[in-house]
Amino acid sequence: MIWLTWRQFRGSAAMTAAVLVVLTAVLALTGPDLASRYAAGIAGCTPDNTCDDFFDRFFDEHQIPFLALTLVVLILPALVGLFWGAPLITRELESATHLLVWNQSITRGRWLAVKLGVTGLAATVAAGVCGLAVTWWSDPLDKSAVPEMAQMSPLVFSARGIAPMGYAAFAFVLGVTMGVLVRRTLPAMALTLVAFTAIQLAMPLLVRPHLMPPVTSTFELGRTNVNGIVPQGQEGGAMQLFLSTSAVPGHAGAWVLSSDLVDPSGRTVAGGDGASGPSSTIARSIPVSTTSGPCAPSRGQGTDACTAEINRLGYRQQATYQPIERFWPFQWIETGIYALLTLGLTWLCFWRVRRGLS
Amino acid sequence: MTTVLRAQALGKKYGRRWALRECTIDIPAGHVVGLVGPNGAGKSTLLKLASGQLEPTAGGITVLGGRPGSTPAQLAKVGFVAQETPVYAGLTVAEHLRLGARLNPRWDDGMARERIARLGLVPAHRAGKLSGGQRAQLALTLGLAKRPDLLILDEPAAALDPLARHEFLQGLMEADVEHKLSVVLSSHLVSDLERVCDYLIVLVDSRVQIAGKTDHLLATHHRLTGPRRDPDLLPAGRHVVSARHTDRQSTYVVRTGAPIHDPAWRVSRLSLEDLVLAYMDGRTAERRRVALEVQG
Repeated sequence: MIWLTWRQFRGSAAMTAAVLVVLTAVLALTGPDLASRYAAGIAGCTPDNTCDDFFDRFFDEHQIPFLALTLVVLILPALVGLFWGAPLITRELESATHLLVWNQSITRGRWLAVKLGVTGLAATVAAGVCGLAVTWWSDPLDKSAVPEMAQMSPLVFSARGIAPMGYAAFAFVLGVTMGVLVRRTLPAMALTLVAFTAIQLAMPLLVRPHLMPPVTSTFELGRTNVNGIVPQGQEGGAMQLFLSTSAVPGHAGAWVLSSDLVDPSGRTVAGGDGASGPSSTIARSIPVSTTSGPCAPSRGQGTDACTAEINRLGYRQQATYQPIERFWPFQWIETGIYALLTLGLTWLCFWRVRRGLS
Repeated sequence: MTTVLRAQALGKKYGRRWALRECTIDIPAGHVVGLVGPNGAGKSTLLKLASGQLEPTAGGITVLGGRPGSTPAQLAKVGFVAQETPVYAGLTVAEHLRLGARLNPRWDDGMARERIARLGLVPAHRAGKLSGGQRAQLALTLGLAKRPDLLILDEPAAALDPLARHEFLQGLMEADVEHKLSVVLSSHLVSDLERVCDYLIVLVDSRVQIAGKTDHLLATHHRLTGPRRDPDLLPAGRHVVSARHTDRQSTYVVRTGAPIHDPAWRVSRLSLEDLVLAYMDGRTAERRRVALEVQG
């Protein structure tokens, strides 16, 4: 049975293997160079404390391959589900060859076990190789990424570590399940795509934030979490502060779930009136003198002094976040969840096939 | 072993429709059994139940003393050639034999190769490129070379032209003589079955109408032609299979063990085809009557 499964699968397996070999070869050739440039940059910026600028420059230069690779790892499980999972059984049903193979001296359960085992293992290994290679290559960029692309942020997290293996195994079995439920290849592929996309969206939106209770903390305002500060309206009015919703000071790589400005008494400052700042920020208006003191434009002391003044008045960022230290625990938990889902669907497939798919 | 297939009140339901119901039959070993009936009568369903491809909704079925498809040993004893004789289009003829060899403990490789060579199939050809007749022969070879005690064929000749059909059935008969296996094959063409079968099951409207050895069936069914009369006036102990009336004449097909001596009737023998048609016809008439009664 292993021979037959391999005989049916070898074409697409060889193609996928070829693509993966090329990908990992390119990553293996360019990875060390990227890492050494990162090390050199860090060595250069540490003495004069300009590493934030270096990070911005470094990430900006390599943003396109970074995003492209992340995308590849995100899409790979869906492709596995669509092109390996969904047709696995439906192709047999559509050509009626299941009637041929089911009547060799091998039970349907064994037949399915081998098909699922061989192809599912290949899918998991492919996603694992791809995911871990990209994780290794992206390491310097993950350390210097902008807060929106932090390593814990939904998109990047899903394309790093061992989670892609869980996604691929799940997507594969999801495809097979859709196949045994609707029995036709194209509808099964469409349903697989819809269901997998829905689950991949629901996971970071609804489940992942609660895998561990998020940390809630208040932070002083500074360069990391204040993306701009401008006078509001007429001279003498309040200051408009753009508070980052994706970064907290001292926790690079964290996934910020919520971020708000609180006033000296600890109450949340309500939203500003209309003016909007750069993306991933919220605008908050602060009643601070703009005619005199550090925030007066005429004094020309720049935003740092004004931010310090607002800090001194007792305004703080209050944020809930998942710190980067939880990256591996989260990876294991999430992979475990997908492994359980995979087992559940596998059981469903066996149940259907044992009953003769009728 | 005396029974190859025994079904007790066997039924299979697809959704809300019964494809087969109340099927009780007992097929003795050593026959070539023809399963005949119109399209959609439940022939395929019965054969798939017998080969373990489907699970029954009601009743039970045992094949060669075991539950169909339950274990590898049971699967090894029963060969099944499905309708339209599916084969893997991407695999070569030789790879099909390899598949058979790897998946069947009782595989007879010498026989398979010899058969393929005799049929003129090229081992290196892809199965997808074979003609319908060649494909059917390849599927039959797979079924025979696993050395089953019972070979089930579901409309194996349906897609073949008359010459290929003749060759296919010829090959089946030769294999049957050589290996002494029991065969069950279905067809909606009685002429096919007439040539090869010595046992017949008529399945109409998802119910078994009659089952028995063909010579026995032919000996116990008669066509009676005479002046028009009601079936009630027929002598007792005769089961009317079908009835047709014109203004002056009635024609009955009856089943009876006793000879018919009534001089009012002209008694004639039936061909197998007439017999099968009588059962299909009788069933249709009954349905029409039920429909009329419901309306009335």
